[in-house]
Amino acid sequence: MKRPNQLFRNFSAKIAAIPMIVTALFVFVGGTAWTVVYSFTKSGLLPRLKWVGLDQYERLWTTKRWIVSIQNLAIYGISMLVLVFVIGFILATLIDQKVRFENVIRTVILYPFALSFVVTGLVWQWILNPEFGIQSIIRDLGWTNFAFDPLYNPKIAIFGVLIAGLWQGSGLVMVLMLAGLRGIDQEIWKAARVDGIPAWKTYLFIVIPMMRPVFITTLVLVVSGIVKLYDLIVAQTGGGPGIATEVPAKYVYDMMFGASNLGQGFAASTMMLVTVALIVIPWAMLEFGGKKHG
Amino acid sequence: MKTVYKLLAVATVIFAVTSAFAEDLEVMHWWTSGGEAAAVAEFAKAFDATGNHWVDAAIVGGEAARAVMVSRITGGDPMGAFQFNHGRQAEELIEAGLLRDITDIAEAQGWKDVVNPPTLLDACTVDGRIYCAPVNIHSWQWLWLSHKAFEDAGVAVPTNWDEFVAAAPALEAAGKLPLAMGQEGWQQSGAFNVMMATLVPQEVYLGVYQDKNPEIAGGEEVAKVFQAAADARDMAAKSTVQNWNDATNLVITGQAGGQIMGDWAQGEFAVAEQVAGTDYSCLPGLGVTEMLDTGGDAFYFPVLKDEAQIAAQSELAALLLEPATQVAFNLKKGSLPVRGDIDMSAANDCMQKGLALLADGKILPSTGQLITPDTTTQINTLFTEFFADPSMTPEDAQKQFVSIIEDAE
Repeated sequence: MKRPNQLFRNFSAKIAAIPMIVTALFVFVGGTAWTVVYSFTKSGLLPRLKWVGLDQYERLWTTKRWIVSIQNLAIYGISMLVLVFVIGFILATLIDQKVRFENVIRTVILYPFALSFVVTGLVWQWILNPEFGIQSIIRDLGWTNFAFDPLYNPKIAIFGVLIAGLWQGSGLVMVLMLAGLRGIDQEIWKAARVDGIPAWKTYLFIVIPMMRPVFITTLVLVVSGIVKLYDLIVAQTGGGPGIATEVPAKYVYDMMFGASNLGQGFAASTMMLVTVALIVIPWAMLEFGGKKHG
Repeated sequence: MKTVYKLLAVATVIFAVTSAFAEDLEVMHWWTSGGEAAAVAEFAKAFDATGNHWVDAAIVGGEAARAVMVSRITGGDPMGAFQFNHGRQAEELIEAGLLRDITDIAEAQGWKDVVNPPTLLDACTVDGRIYCAPVNIHSWQWLWLSHKAFEDAGVAVPTNWDEFVAAAPALEAAGKLPLAMGQEGWQQSGAFNVMMATLVPQEVYLGVYQDKNPEIAGGEEVAKVFQAAADARDMAAKSTVQNWNDATNLVITGQAGGQIMGDWAQGEFAVAEQVAGTDYSCLPGLGVTEMLDTGGDAFYFPVLKDEAQIAAQSELAALLLEPATQVAFNLKKGSLPVRGDIDMSAANDCMQKGLALLADGKILPSTGQLITPDTTTQINTLFTEFFADPSMTPEDAQKQFVSIIEDAE
C-alpha cells in the first residue's frame, strides 16, 4: 500500500497553525534577534546601527543599579517560589479536609488574584505605611514601641514587596493544587489508610509525587510572573527607598523610555533573556527531552 | 438608499470645503495639572480663533508622554504638533529628519530679535536651522520658605541658604520638618544642581555640565556642593512624601520650613491663595547667587505631507510667540515669557523677581540643554540613592558623579 505523503498528513491542522507559526517566527524570534543585534549598537532615542561592541554590556555590569536589580530579583524570586508553593499547598490541603463553606473560603483566598498588581501594590503600600497601616494600629492598641515599616527600610524593603506578591499569588497556587488533590483517586487514600500510613506521610510521599504535572504547570506560571515583576514595584515602591527595590524589567523600561538609551535597554533585556534561557533550557531538556519514545 | 448616498455625498463635500478653511490639528503635551491645563487652554482658544481647531491630546506624565510621542512619530503616524522641554530631548528626532524645519516662520516673525534670552532659540537650532518654537521659561533655582513654620519655631525667616541651614535645629525642635523633599530622583538631583549653580562660582556649573570636565567635577568646589547636599539630606531625613506638589503643600501648611523647587511651585501657592512676602518667601538662587536657568517648554512640528495640515502648523507656530498669547499663557502657567518686550505687570512678586533677573541677563543654560536624558537619568539614580542612604558619604557620591560626567556626551 502506498503511504500518504507526510506533508499532507493533518493538512488542515497545519494550515490552521501557519498564522501562529509566522507570528512566532517574526514577532518572537525575529524581535528577539533584532533586540540582541541592536544591543551591540549605540542606539539612543531611535535605533541606529552604530556598532560599539560590548560597550553597553560593560556599562550595564558596572552600573550599581543593575547589580542591585539582579540581587533583588534573586531574593524575591527564590523566596517567592518557596513560600508561594508552601503556603499554596498548605492552604489547599486544609481546604481539602472537607471543611464547611469551602466555596466561600476558596473564593476569598483566590480573590486577591483577581486584582491587578497595581491595585495590590497600592493597597499594600498603605497597609505597610507606618502612619496609617499596621504599625499605627498596633501602636494605638498600646504597644507604642512597635515598629513595622519594611517599605521605609532599604535593607528589607524588597520583603515588603514580597508580602504583597505572596498575598496576590498564593490563591492561584492553592486553587491549582486543590484541583490536583481532587484529581487523586480516592482509592489511593483508602489504601493508604488501610496500611496505617499517617495523612501527612501520604501527602508527602504519595500524593505530591502523583501531582507532578500540576506542580510543573504552577511552576511555569509562578516563575514567569517573577521574571516580569514590574508593575507591583512601580505601584508599591517606585523602586525606592533609594534604589532598594529596583528590578531588571524596570531598568529596561527606564533606560529605553526615560533615558532615551535604547542600546542600554536592549543589553539589559538580552541579559534577562540569557538568564531565563540558562535556567529554562537545561530544565526543559531534562523534563521533555527524554520522553520522546516513552 | 439613494437618499442616504446623496446625503453622504453632500456631507463629504461640506466636510471637504470646511476643512479647506478650518483644519483640525492634533497637539500633544503633558500639561495636565490644574494650572497647566488652564494655561494650555489659552493656546487652544487663540488657535481656535484663527478658524482652525485645536485637538487636545494630553498625556499624564512627561516620561509616558514622550514615549507615546516618539513612537507615533517614528511609527509614521505623526501628530500636528507636540511639546518637549527645551534642550536635547528632540536632538535625535531632528537628526533623523522627522521634524519640520520652521526657520522660514521664525524669520518672518523676527524671532531672533524678540526671543530673550537668545539661548532659547539656540536650543531649538541645529546646524543653523530652527526646529522649535519656545513658549516659556521655567527655572529651578528657587527656595520657597513658609513664614508660619519659622514663626512657630521662633526664628526669623532666612534670607539665604546658610541661614536656612542654621535655622534647621530650631525648626526641628518645634516639631517641623526643616526641608521638604519629594523622594524622586529628578527632585533630588534638581536640588543638587541648584546648589551647584548658586553656592559655588558659576564656572563650576558650566565646567561640569557644559565642558564635562571630570577634574572640575572631582574638584574642591563640587565637594563643597556635595557637602551642602549632605546637609540637605539631614534636613530632609524625615520627609516621606513622593510628589513635588505634596512637598510644596508641607511648606504651604507650615509643616515644613522650606523646599528647593522650580518656579512651577508658584502655581501651588497661588491655588492655596497664599501671598508672597507675607505667607511665604521665594529666594531666587537660594538667596546666595541670584541666577536662574532657562529651561522650559517648546513646541515641535513633525514633518507632514498634507498641505492643509502644514499650513495649520505654520499658523500655530507663529501664534505661540504672539505677545497676547505669551502673556495669557504665562500668567496662568506661572512661567516667564520667552520675549522681553511684553507687558507682564500683572505678574506677582516672585514672578517679578524672575523677570528682573531675566532682564539683567543673570541666566544660565539649564542642565537639560547641556546633558542628554541618559546622563540625566544616571545622575537622578545617584541622588535617589544618596538621599535614601545616609551611610553614603559625600566623597563616595562625588566619585560616582565624576565617572558619570566622564562618560557624558
